[in-house]
Amino acid sequence: MPVKLRIPTPLRRLADGAAELNVEGATVTEVLTALEREHPGFRERLYDEQGEIRRFVNIYVAGEDIRFLKGLDTPLKEGDEVSIVPAVAGGA
Amino acid sequence: MASTLAAALPHGHADGNTKATEDGASAGKRVLGLRCRECRQEYPIEPIHVCDFCFGPLEVRYDYELLARTVTHESIARGPLSIWRYHDLLPVEHLADTGWRVGFTPLQPAPNLGQALGLRDLWIKNDSVNPTFSFKDRVVAVASAKAREFGFDTFACASTGNLASAVAAAGIRVGLKTFVFLPWDTEQSKILNALVYGATLVAVKGTYDDVNRLCSEIADQHRWAFCNINVRPYYSEGSKTLAFETAEQLGWEAPDHVVVPIASGSLLTKIAKGFDELQQIGLIPQKGVRVSGAQATGCNPVAEAFEKGWDAIKPVQRPDTIAKSLAIGNPADGYYVLRIVREREGAVRQATNDEILEGMRLLASTEGVFAETAGGVAVAALQKLAREGIVRPDERVVVYITGNGLKTLDAVAPSLSPPPLVEPTLASFDAFLSQRETRA
Repeated sequence: MPVKLRIPTPLRRLADGAAELNVEGATVTEVLTALEREHPGFRERLYDEQGEIRRFVNIYVAGEDIRFLKGLDTPLKEGDEVSIVPAVAGGA
Repeated sequence: MASTLAAALPHGHADGNTKATEDGASAGKRVLGLRCRECRQEYPIEPIHVCDFCFGPLEVRYDYELLARTVTHESIARGPLSIWRYHDLLPVEHLADTGWRVGFTPLQPAPNLGQALGLRDLWIKNDSVNPTFSFKDRVVAVASAKAREFGFDTFACASTGNLASAVAAAGIRVGLKTFVFLPWDTEQSKILNALVYGATLVAVKGTYDDVNRLCSEIADQHRWAFCNINVRPYYSEGSKTLAFETAEQLGWEAPDHVVVPIASGSLLTKIAKGFDELQQIGLIPQKGVRVSGAQATGCNPVAEAFEKGWDAIKPVQRPDTIAKSLAIGNPADGYYVLRIVREREGAVRQATNDEILEGMRLLASTEGVFAETAGGVAVAALQKLAREGIVRPDERVVVYITGNGLKTLDAVAPSLSPPPLVEPTLASFDAFLSQRETRA
């Protein structure tokens, strides 16, 4: 099912400058796999050498950090917004 | 950079100091660029905050060899009594002193609190007396100067409360429009403290982490200077001045141990960096400064990771503490705080709401300093560290008090008794006195 994926500035070059993409997938992993298929290069930016999401990448589904949901297995429903957001922000 | 500073200062500067005049380094030379703290990728000085490749935080690179040749105790002493006396070690091109006294706050001995905690050489760095009554004026002074240099017209932030007023006031001083985003449950006093300057305030239905995420997305849409997002590498450098001042006020010497409250963790990492830089450029003797941190139990992701020996931070989804200025559930620099505290033989301790209030009362009643709740967290953590022998009785200890108690009156009010009411007569007062003596 299609979900809306929000792309942060540092990764937009990989998506031909798009800030938002419609991507198919029933879970966050499926969406990221589909993203890599359509726009190669995302995977190595989002995952570390161990295959885990990088320490400084946050992923949100409908505004909720997937760490508080089911991680990369978090299920998605049609129209959900998935956001990739750099973790280094805020505070002082 | 000394000659640039000299030109900018109202009173003569660079004469009579061979070290300062040797090079006359320009800002462009002393600040080399940005570098990813994780993969070391280098970037030019631009309003960017994360590495394009690995999303790691970007940090300012300086030419420390040049700074070692050009910056002296004397060149600093000739600077203004504000953070701008350390301009050479800040990533701002032109001296940004607006005449507004940010920083150079008191470092005061705390013998009474020290006695209460069993510490013989305790000091308080009292940052509650900055222009908007918290340490945020430091970081915001640097960020607003940098925002001007980058040509932005709007200055914005995601705030837990203190940053809001600092940004709002700085916007007025430097002529930038301001947008401030806060969690909707921010203390009323902090909201009023920002509104009074005429900032555009936006209350967000959510936690600080929700505000932060929203602001990251807004920063992708609008060409604004978000001080703790796209200008964060510069902004966070302002916190180093808390270490610079401490060392200078101790006679150019680092303390043995510092205790710092933790929200995002940036403050603690930058205080550690500040002492490192002074050693690197030869302004203080080499010494391993021990670094400990303080969090509230209701938002303790770093304290929990420290206590459990984890390397990663498990975010707190719904922070619940009276120390709202520290209520960041997913702290950006938490990972680095863990590394620093472990490397520097410190510890992270946490304080419950009751312990926070007790810490505030203890500080006020022993040293006459009224701190906000974050200060109560710092004192309560220090108390635990002292009791456990982690902070040792013979160490020279500095505890950082980062905000003013008048900002969090709501938190402290329920724990204080209202004053007695007497008639405007001597008889009534005498009756009150004798009643009091009877009770005693």
